[in-house]
Amino acid sequence: MNKLLTISPSPHNYGDDSTKKVMYGVVIAMIPAMLVSFFYFGIGAVVLTLTAVVSALVFEYLIQKFILKKKEVSITDGSALVTGILLAFNLPSNLPIHLIIIGAFVAIAVGKMSFGGLGQNPFNPALVGRVFLLISFPVQMTSWPKPGALTAYLDAETGATPLAIVKEALKNGESFSSITEKIPGYADLMMGNMGGSLGEISAIALLIGFAYMLFRKIITWHIPVSVLGTIAIFSGILWLVNPETNADPLFHLLTGGAMLGAIFMATDMVTSPMSIKGQVIFGVGIGVLTIVIRVFGAYPEGVSFAILIMNAFVPLINAYVKPKRFGEVVK
Amino acid sequence: MLKTFPKGGVHPPENKISAGAAIETLPLPTTATIPISQHLGAPSAPTVKKGDKVKVGQIIAQSTGFVSTNIHSSVSGTVQKIDDSIDASGYKRKAVIISVEGDEWDENIDRSPELKKEFSLSGPDIIKKVLENGVVGLGGATFPTHVKLSVPKGMKADVLILNGVECEPYLTSDHRIMLEKADEIIVGTQILMKALDVKKALIGIENNKPDAIEVFSKLADKNPGIEVHPLKVQYPQGGEKQLIKALINREVPSGGLPIAVGAVVQNVGTALAVYEAVQKNKPLIERVVSLTGKSVKKPANYLVRIGTPVAELIEASGGLPDDTGKVINGGPMMGKALNSLEVPVTKGTSGILIIPELEARRRPVQNCIRCARCTQVCPMGLEPYLLMTLTQKSMWDKVETNHALDCIECGSCAYTCPADRPLLDYIRLGKTTVSKLIRARKQ
Amino acid sequence: MSATVIFTIVSLSAIGVIAATILYFVAQKFKVFEDPRIDQVDEVLPGANCGGCGYPGCRGFAEACVKANELDALFCPVGGNDCMADVAKVLGKEAVAKDPEIAVLRCAGTHSLRPNVNQYDGAANCTISSNLYGGETGCTFGCLGLGECVDVCNFDALVMDPETGLPVVDADKCTGCNACVEQCPRDLFELRPKGKKDRRIYVACRNMEKGAAKKIGCEVACIGCNRCVKECAFDAIVVENFNAYIDPIKCKLCRKCVMVCPTGAIHELNFPPRKVKVEVEGEAEKPKAVKAKPEPVVEVAASKAEAQPERVVEKASPEALSNKENENTSDQSIKLGE
Repeated sequence: MNKLLTISPSPHNYGDDSTKKVMYGVVIAMIPAMLVSFFYFGIGAVVLTLTAVVSALVFEYLIQKFILKKKEVSITDGSALVTGILLAFNLPSNLPIHLIIIGAFVAIAVGKMSFGGLGQNPFNPALVGRVFLLISFPVQMTSWPKPGALTAYLDAETGATPLAIVKEALKNGESFSSITEKIPGYADLMMGNMGGSLGEISAIALLIGFAYMLFRKIITWHIPVSVLGTIAIFSGILWLVNPETNADPLFHLLTGGAMLGAIFMATDMVTSPMSIKGQVIFGVGIGVLTIVIRVFGAYPEGVSFAILIMNAFVPLINAYVKPKRFGEVVK
Repeated sequence: MLKTFPKGGVHPPENKISAGAAIETLPLPTTATIPISQHLGAPSAPTVKKGDKVKVGQIIAQSTGFVSTNIHSSVSGTVQKIDDSIDASGYKRKAVIISVEGDEWDENIDRSPELKKEFSLSGPDIIKKVLENGVVGLGGATFPTHVKLSVPKGMKADVLILNGVECEPYLTSDHRIMLEKADEIIVGTQILMKALDVKKALIGIENNKPDAIEVFSKLADKNPGIEVHPLKVQYPQGGEKQLIKALINREVPSGGLPIAVGAVVQNVGTALAVYEAVQKNKPLIERVVSLTGKSVKKPANYLVRIGTPVAELIEASGGLPDDTGKVINGGPMMGKALNSLEVPVTKGTSGILIIPELEARRRPVQNCIRCARCTQVCPMGLEPYLLMTLTQKSMWDKVETNHALDCIECGSCAYTCPADRPLLDYIRLGKTTVSKLIRARKQ
Repeated sequence: MSATVIFTIVSLSAIGVIAATILYFVAQKFKVFEDPRIDQVDEVLPGANCGGCGYPGCRGFAEACVKANELDALFCPVGGNDCMADVAKVLGKEAVAKDPEIAVLRCAGTHSLRPNVNQYDGAANCTISSNLYGGETGCTFGCLGLGECVDVCNFDALVMDPETGLPVVDADKCTGCNACVEQCPRDLFELRPKGKKDRRIYVACRNMEKGAAKKIGCEVACIGCNRCVKECAFDAIVVENFNAYIDPIKCKLCRKCVMVCPTGAIHELNFPPRKVKVEVEGEAEKPKAVKAKPEPVVEVAASKAEAQPERVVEKASPEALSNKENENTSDQSIKLGE
């Protein structure tokens, strides 16, 4: 035998999981929601998704190749793809192309690569891009096309999201029960027949993705359930206190980015806590902040901000919330 | 609902290819290389010199302390030399090298195959006998058995746990002896119970060995005090602390030994060795070794004399496959890759696993994506990703406060990591450095 | 409008004044007395914060200097004697001049001289590898080639040579800070005095096995034959555990030991060529060109020359480089003449 034996420390057995599989698993989980968005927003959704994905990949490639000067560029690992799709999910379908590209640039360059690339970023890159656009271009970012105009892109007929309608009405002193005909019914909210960002409209499609990710064990249930549970409980308390000035919990769960945020954004591995206990704290924090912003804040929608704020707490949570050690002596 | 430990663990493909192969006796080697340190603890002191004639079962190295044990010649012949010889790590260790001439056994050893059930020795006498015959834990850690049986003052064992889990993929040596030597193991268990003065013994067997569970359940019915518990197939079910948690729901405190919760864990192979030592006066000179691997022509379980070169086992199974990448002493999760085939089988060799080249090389290391898989699978509730980073940054005080020393090196974290990071490599480095620092601090 | 502007300016100034007052009093109340000399010493130190002095960074060293009664035990390896003289001047104490030191690698087992017997495939970290395995070669004392020393060097003075698999010390950059000496799990680095004209002689082997055993693993191992001990007129060489060590203080750099070493384990650096003079023109030729000269003696020596890879990259003139090659050549020719 002239071949050399390989030596290495144990273990010698490796699971078949890989970063690629995890990332593409997430992509597969996002497909139902993507199809729903194509169905309701037509050509605009397609253009938006494609632009966001392609520009995210291009920026990732360029930065790795020419700024970080890496020998092996890792755009095939799917992480930029996920960021691109998530960014698209968070934008209205009539957003001009140049803004999408700016959003993708901020997401990849500022949100991710400036911290050292995959795994190093404290904030969810897609949300960094989205919030940057929201603050810089509020007009374009808050004019939501109405669903159904399949061929229109920039010239789509726009309207407000259900959350914005409610917020506006409540501010004008109308009661929640009096405006129910202005907002879509629960069935429409479930299916996604409402104005809003691409990915956030259909609760059903997002839940299918959630089920898939749970089945593939890509994520655990703790973050989504704690986020949505907290939103339901907190908004439920407010609703019980005064049903006239507060929307009911189901409405809060089904509108805005609650589902999308809880299932795809908050569960981003890089920016969520490591221990189960920490994940629950993280989820509860997002839920509380979301409702606080929605009900008491200036913006009708608060999920993105809530997630980014809680992202900032993740290192702290990781440092202080430890898993239960086996055989730990309880003092 | 099968019993298991509560948190963490992985389920690697079981690959128990050699489970159906009955134990065969391997022919004697031409030379036997018997290292003087085959156990955890102080190396033994050689009592023979070059040119001495030795018989099978004769003591060739004497125990040098409490945590140490005797070593016996596994063959008969002439001592060629006492010299450095490479062990599995490639480092040189002292060994007694004997050229084999015939097969002459020491007269005191009872070589008859009859089952001898009755024993009259008292507890301390059993422990003495176990030490004399050089019995160590055969699960792989090779901790001297007499030390485990000597319960420290102020503590009391109330249950004996017999480890028939064999949670490592591929390995089948324990499975085979449970099928073929069940009666002996039961007598061995009773001897161990006597030595520990306990009334209860629990045998834990993973559920992927239904035949062994059946055999032992029948025997347990006849022998009061012995119970058999099927366990969920989950790695590392056979870890001492995990097994105790699964069977009697007690948690060994951090840094403590199982005896702190009144339990003593012994491998089924050790029970067999204890039976042979006490009833047959036979020292630990041979053991069952699985020789297995996906490309091995004849996966088998061999009864091998200690000191036989690994190469001879491989030869007996049809030679080294062409696509060999790694040869592992032990299982794929905790075994040690051999750097030479001339390394001898020792008391701790539970199997020789040959891994094809395609599976032998590690995949390139990628960035940590903080997926928390390692934290989820760690059966000890540690944070492997954190320990690795802290070790890389030499933050030893933090490595210590994050319980690095609790790590049982099961490898679940590295197994599950999607970014193929060498988590366990670094945690092990952190452990050794921290224990060095602690030792320095005590002085 | 103007009222708003004035109000803003006034209120901001008021806040500023109040904050400044509070800060002033707090600073007075919690003032920590610090010896001003610490700052002065800190200023003359190199500021590399390498820890080579044994203190946590330059600041820690400065504090230690100020506290100490004498500077004998304190030395900044990076700044050297000049720096210590400055420190002494600031503090009004005496500095003890020390010979500047430099790291040498005591292993010469290149890939070709010390063939692999297996391949390591774990984490690329020498300590991890060394804790578990004897290494990829037959020598369990030699360099593992995973470059932990390169990582700890703060001065870029160590570079891994992919051809030999050994780190190379850049003599110009090495400050003798001791970091590599402490890091190497095999204890292969040693700080040795820089020597007159940068000349150094040392045994490039740390193998403690019996001679015959290590000869199998590596061609250039010190086999503990004691020939150099007998040759040395200054009792500078001791053999312990079959491994020779040259005491740099006793060594007079006479180079006799180099000639008697049967394996070429003793390395000499920066010496002029001996006896046989090979003409080297001033042209900027690479040393390889010299090696290729078709002289019979040199040809035999070429294999020997490879057997003694230069451990230290010197930024010397082309002549010096060529001379170094020729040293080996001349060595061999002398031996052949015997």
